[in-house]
This record gives sequence, structure tokens and C-alpha cells, in this order.
Amino acid sequence: MSFLNYLVSGLSLGSIYAIIALGYTMVYGIAKMLNFAHGDVIMIGGYMCFFAVQRFNLPPVLGVIIAMLACTLLGIIIERLAYKPLRSAPSLAVLITAIGVSYFLQNAAQLLWSSNPKVFKSVVGNGVLTIGGEGGLIVSHVALLTVVVCVIIMVGLTLFVNKTKMGKAMRAVSEDKGAAQLMGIDVNRTISITFAIGSGLAAIAGVLLCSAYPTLQPTTGSMPGIKAFTAAVFGGIGSIPGAFLGGILLGVIENLAKAYISTQLSDAIVFGVLIVVLLVKPAGLLGKAVREKV
Amino acid sequence: MKKMKNLTKAQKSSSLTYAVVIVAFAIMFALKTSGSLSSKMTGMLVPICAYIVMAVSLNLVVGIMGDLSLGHAGFMSVGAFAGTIAIVSMQYNGVESAGLRLVVGIIVGAIAGAIIGFLIGIPVLRLNGDYLAIVTLAFAEIIKVLIQNMYLDLDENGFHFSMVENTNTTNLETARLIIEGPMGIRGITKISTFVAGFILVMVVLIVIFHFMSSRTGRAVMSIRDNRIAAESVGIPIFKYKITTFTLSAAMAGAAGVLFANNYSTLISAKFNIDTSILVLVFVVLGGQGNMLGSIIAATALTILPEILRGFSDYRMLIYAIILIAVMLISNNSQLKAAFDGLLIKLKLKKAPDEEEGGKA
Repeated sequence: MSFLNYLVSGLSLGSIYAIIALGYTMVYGIAKMLNFAHGDVIMIGGYMCFFAVQRFNLPPVLGVIIAMLACTLLGIIIERLAYKPLRSAPSLAVLITAIGVSYFLQNAAQLLWSSNPKVFKSVVGNGVLTIGGEGGLIVSHVALLTVVVCVIIMVGLTLFVNKTKMGKAMRAVSEDKGAAQLMGIDVNRTISITFAIGSGLAAIAGVLLCSAYPTLQPTTGSMPGIKAFTAAVFGGIGSIPGAFLGGILLGVIENLAKAYISTQLSDAIVFGVLIVVLLVKPAGLLGKAVREKV
Repeated sequence: MKKMKNLTKAQKSSSLTYAVVIVAFAIMFALKTSGSLSSKMTGMLVPICAYIVMAVSLNLVVGIMGDLSLGHAGFMSVGAFAGTIAIVSMQYNGVESAGLRLVVGIIVGAIAGAIIGFLIGIPVLRLNGDYLAIVTLAFAEIIKVLIQNMYLDLDENGFHFSMVENTNTTNLETARLIIEGPMGIRGITKISTFVAGFILVMVVLIVIFHFMSSRTGRAVMSIRDNRIAAESVGIPIFKYKITTFTLSAAMAGAAGVLFANNYSTLISAKFNIDTSILVLVFVVLGGQGNMLGSIIAATALTILPEILRGFSDYRMLIYAIILIAVMLISNNSQLKAAFDGLLIKLKLKKAPDEEEGGKA
């Protein structure tokens, strides 16, 4: 039974990675940029929910909504101020700007809320669900919620991208910006909306991450951000099902490696698996290999 | 003067770089010996040299070869640990001369960096673009974690190595515990000097400028500019890329040794993604492929947090804002024009099309 327990906690961690990776992958697919500040938006989302629920005693649902609104707004502001002026700049310049934004958010958080870790109370309490009596499978409510939310988000996003007019515009922009513009698509607006959605998802991920791992500090988002970025690449960056699959696999591998091989070496194992996958399938698990045209 | 005219553009740029480095060194050395440098500044001289070497070596990959590496700190780490192990064991065996130990250490570090760079380069350089970036990042994280779990002792019977626990020496009194897992290497004698740093920077620059005008260097630049065209005229892409990557890793390894022996403790957690990114920032701010730019950016950005110390808590926030502002101004044509207009108005600048890269 312990294997199943590890598997379940791996799935829950993987779901958090998947939600973050979805944000990464959408932004990458459309704006072709690695948004290094994504992990820090997660952290801001965590703090927003923390203050709403634990300082102002608002109900958790409202806390999540406030976090989402704040992060969406933050995402739009960051995009407008820092990334939009660089639309035609080389990708490395955009990458460094994103790193600058990440530094900015971390240090602003440190100034506003100090670097002392805050204890985040789970939004659904600390209850557990036991299946199979004594010694059976133990699933915490947070883990259950995380997996369910992740699946909902993934299905919702897939439908959004494939069925709505905005989703169609997104796919067009990701395929060919110039051609999309000629077809009358407002490219700048599409990119802004993508950023808004990605940041909103980051807020949800932040709340779930802090519910499962209850310490909140200005650097909370950076490691999960990098792991989720890895997950997005793992699944094939730019692909929504790929980000989902990559996130889940990464979480499961990390947890099983921690349980059965070595706690200290688990990160090395995760990255090792990533390298092997990329060497076998250079575009990631579900990524499309783009053929070079001469 | 007539001789200057016969020089090619590349030769002029390399002579200018050498001149700037030598003059800067002379000024700093004079200030240091006359005692007019603050202790903070004196302490930063060696790290600045190490970061310059790092920036220049990463510029070889990012600027000359045109591939994005996010794991350069990994090679620095490998070099730092290998070189410091060599230095510590020489000390244990009674090698008195600090200079000799440092030189041998740096050579060992460079060789270790080159070996790891070559091994990692074989799989990595088959990938492109962002995938290459993420895999280098992954390798650097793996190196960090592996070193964090290493234990190495030295006693009269030689080295004892373990990946599990620090129980492999039989003789605790006489043994030297070299690597102690997450605590890294402790009790390092600080033998790195500013002069050594300067010499390393000069050697690395000479190697790089010769490399850039060599057959391999020109081939790699042609691959950067148009891979398909280069391949179609029969340039073996992989061979040249791996040579460049190995050379760059060797330089990073040497920089690591210089950096490590400026402090009494060396831990593997120092060489994380943040360090890799810091060096990448030097390269991009200084201008890809521009070695002098890398040198200026590495120096300016290492000193900047010190200068901003007056702003105390707001220091890193201002650093971030400066970073974003510089990237926006240097890459957005409208903002750049506005900024140039401002400079002309303030009479800080005359010619409207003068270069302004590299200054942070």
C-alpha cells in the first residue's frame, strides 16, 4: 500500500507542476518566450490568498478569487511594461528581461512581506480520506483537490483553445504571427490575454502549492517554477496535453525517487530522466518535431 | 599610426580589449597598493576577475557559437572542486609554494571542466535552441546535487571516496576531510590573488582572440550565422561545436578555481541556476560576441550591488529595475531614441549614432 501512497502524493505534486507548466507552455507557444518570472507570479498568488484568508478572514474561495484577480492583473501589467516593448527584440533580450522581472518580484515581496517564512493554512483544511481501512491508502483532501483542479483546468484549456474564437486566434498567432495579423487578428491583444490566463493559472497553482507545502516565502515559487518549466519541456513545450503529461510524470518520478532511491539525489534523478527523454525525443514527449526547410 | 591602419577590425578590437584590461589592472593595482581602496572593493577584485573569465567563456558559447547555455555554473563548480581538491592535497603533502599550488590547481580545474564539458557536450550539442538551454540547466543541477552528496578524505593511504557517508577514513586524527557532502570543502587557504586573476583573464583573452581568428573559430561563427549553409559547404558542425564547448567549459573550470580559493569555504549550492543566469546577464548586457562588453558588464554588475548599498533594503530591487530598464532601452527602438535624445539634451553625448552597449 505504501507504493500507492507515494504514487498519490506524486500525482498531487505532479498536478501542481502541471498547472504551472500549462502557464509556461501557453506563453511559450504564443509569445515564443521563456517567462522566467512565472514562478514568482505563483509566489505572489500564494501571498494574496494568505492575506485574504488569514489576515482578513475571508472565506477561502474568495481568497482564491482575489489571488487570481491580482495575478491576472499583475501578468497583464508585466506584459505591458516589460515584454511588449520587446516584441521584435532578440529572444535572449526578452529572456534577460524576464529574469529582471523575476528578481524584481522576489525582492519586492521581500521588502513588503519580509523573508520570514509564513505558515500557510490549507484552503481545504488538513483532512484525509482513508481508503481500505487501517494501513490503507491515505489521500489528503488537498491532494484530491489538486488533482481534480488540474484535470478541470487541462480540459477547460483544451476546449478553450480548440473551440473558441479567442483560442483559434491563439493557435493562429502561435503558428505564424505575421500571417495572423494579416488575417485581422489583434496579435498584441492575443498575447496579452495569454499572459492573463497564464498568470491566473499561476495563482491557482500558488494556492495549491502552499496548501500542500505550507511554508510561504519570497523564494517559494522559484524551484517549482524551474521544475514546471522542465515539465513543460519534458512533455513538449507549446503543447497543452504535453505540459499536463510532463507535469504529472515529473511529480510521480520525483516522489518515487525520493521514496525508493534517495531523498538527496531525487532532483538529480528527475533532471537525468529529462535529459534521457530529450535525447530520445528531442521535441519532448508530445511535441511536434518541426522539419527544417532549406 | 601607419601600422595601426594595417590592422584588421578583429585585431583592433582585441588590442583595445587588452589595453583596457591592462590599464584597468594597473589603476586598480596602484590603488590597492596605496591603500586607497575600501576593504569591500579589495575583496571584490578576485571575484570580478573570476566573473570576467566566466562571462568571456560563456560569450564563446552564446555569442560566438550562438547556443544558449543555462548551466555554465556547473562547469565552474566542477573546476572549483577538482582544482581545490588538487590544491588541498598538495598542501597536505607539503607543497609550500602558494603560487605553484594555485597554478597547478587552475590547470587541474581547467582540465576537469574540459572533460565534463566534452562529455556533456556530446549529447547536449545535438539539440537546438531552448531545448539545449534546458538540458544544460538540467546538467548543472545534476552536478550540483551530485557534489552535495560526495565525501572525500585524504590520509596517508591516499584518497577515500564515498557517496553515502563520511565514514571511509580509518584515521581521523591525521586525515584531511576534503569534501564533506553538503558542507563542501572547508578550511581553504585563500591563495587567489588579484595578480593571479589578472594573469588568468589575460591568458583567457589571448586564447579566445586566437580561437576566434582560427579555422575552428571562423567555422563556428559561420555555423552560428547560417547552420544550413555551413553544413552544405561541408563544415562538420558537431566537431567544431564540441571543440568550442569544451574550450569554454575549460575556461569556466579555471575561473571556478580562482573564485573558490578566494574564500575559506566552498559549497556546491553556490553554483546554482542563479549563478548561471548572472553570468548570462553579463554576456547579454555586454553584447553577444563582444568580449570587451562582457568584461565591462561583469565588472559593472559585480560592483553595482556594492554601490547601491546606500539604498540598503532597496538595493536588489533597484538592481532589478536597472536590469529591466537597460534591456528595454537597448532593444526597443523608440525607447532607445528617447534615451539618446535625453543624453544629447543633457550634453552627455554628441554623435547620435554612438554605441552605448555595455554600460549598466
